[in-house]
Amino acid sequence: MTVTIARIRNIFIVILLGLTVSACGYNNIPTYEEQAKAKWSDVQNNYQRRADLIPNLVATVQGYAKQEKDVLTAVVEARAKATQIKLDVSQLTDPAKLKQFQDAQNQLSGALGRLLAVSENYPDLKSNQNFLALQSQLEGTENRITVARRDYIDAVRVYNTELKTFPGLLWAMTFFRSNKPMAEFTANENAQTPPQVKF
Amino acid sequence: MTASCPSTLSTRGGTRFFTALVALLCASFVAFAANRPALIGRIVDQANIIPVETRDAIEPKLVDLETKSGIQLVVATVSSLEGEEIEPYANELFRSWKLGEMTKNNGVLLLVAPNERRVRIEVGYGLEGTLTDALSKVIIANAIAPHFKTGDFGGGISRGVDDIITVLTTDASEWQQRPSLRLDAQQTADPMMWLLIAGLIGLATLLIVSPGFRWFFLNVALNILLNSGRSRGGGGFSSRGGFSGGGGSSGGGGASGSW
Repeated sequence: MTVTIARIRNIFIVILLGLTVSACGYNNIPTYEEQAKAKWSDVQNNYQRRADLIPNLVATVQGYAKQEKDVLTAVVEARAKATQIKLDVSQLTDPAKLKQFQDAQNQLSGALGRLLAVSENYPDLKSNQNFLALQSQLEGTENRITVARRDYIDAVRVYNTELKTFPGLLWAMTFFRSNKPMAEFTANENAQTPPQVKF
Repeated sequence: MTASCPSTLSTRGGTRFFTALVALLCASFVAFAANRPALIGRIVDQANIIPVETRDAIEPKLVDLETKSGIQLVVATVSSLEGEEIEPYANELFRSWKLGEMTKNNGVLLLVAPNERRVRIEVGYGLEGTLTDALSKVIIANAIAPHFKTGDFGGGISRGVDDIITVLTTDASEWQQRPSLRLDAQQTADPMMWLLIAGLIGLATLLIVSPGFRWFFLNVALNILLNSGRSRGGGGFSSRGGFSGGGGSSGGGGASGSW
């Protein structure tokens, strides 16, 4: 009987250890890291979605406002530049890379804003169904980008905090030494507000 | 054997305690602004602009929609956006109410802010392919805004709800094909996974000890399994008969407009 009780005790210790380790946040770092990475792919997907809408938008605007060549070229160029910069999830720890990505996207936001502002001058274009649909999709995408960015910033904050605070700090110093804090977006008010479209 | 009985009880208590501890340590607390309306039903009329007849006409449609398709469509009016734009406000409200099923994210929020003269259709992740931004915009521009312009909030909301339901129910193939592959649910599931793993370790050790105690460990494992199963669900009506969100989320799909 004493032997079996000792065995039970040992088993309890094993179970307890497993529970304690997970309760002490051993799995928090990888979990939060994966979450932040997933949020990043949301951000990137939404920027990609915006880039995918642009050729159609440019083509539609071109049909009505050929003379706005400068604005149109600026959008096409900014789009080309923005789609060239892809940020792999492993590069998220590099603030310079993220800034580069962000700058390219901001430039595209600016060019798009100008295009939409210019299109205000063309009543036929403004009442074109295709243009209206594209415009609402673009608005929606800009809004999704804002949401995705906010989610990413939140996820990164949680992950970075976990790396720097107890008990995550202990795991970060031992088992997860290769885990580096991820870079956050620098606050940019222009990029956070979608271009205003008036009807 | 007789000594094991009370220890089974204490094990159950211990498991609960650790479940609570894990949940407590790993839960992320989200603070909501105090002035946000609470989800008291499918129609939350904080701004007090929906006539009783409209409410009576819409409510059964919303219930019907959820029983048939699982989609949670909620109509909300707010007296103030608290200085925020309607887009982030609607998104935060949607997420705090968790509209739609957790796995499908099939919720829709029709939000009206009469004082700011803004309206928004916020669409959950799972319905973005059906109720697209462009369609949402069309519904706002053609069905809702014209009524709102004449001050007829009841008519605008009623027409808007009808159109949203029409869009959602005519193309059912789309939302059925879009299983949610998002990682949002992971956070709550992970600690439970560890509980299961802990249970498995116990079972493995069980093989070493004499088989007489097998029932005892099965008991513990069963307990852990039951615990993890219980806290994972989500959906529709709570046991009290009230209305609650099902755990869905939104990523800012939909459209907004003004009048």
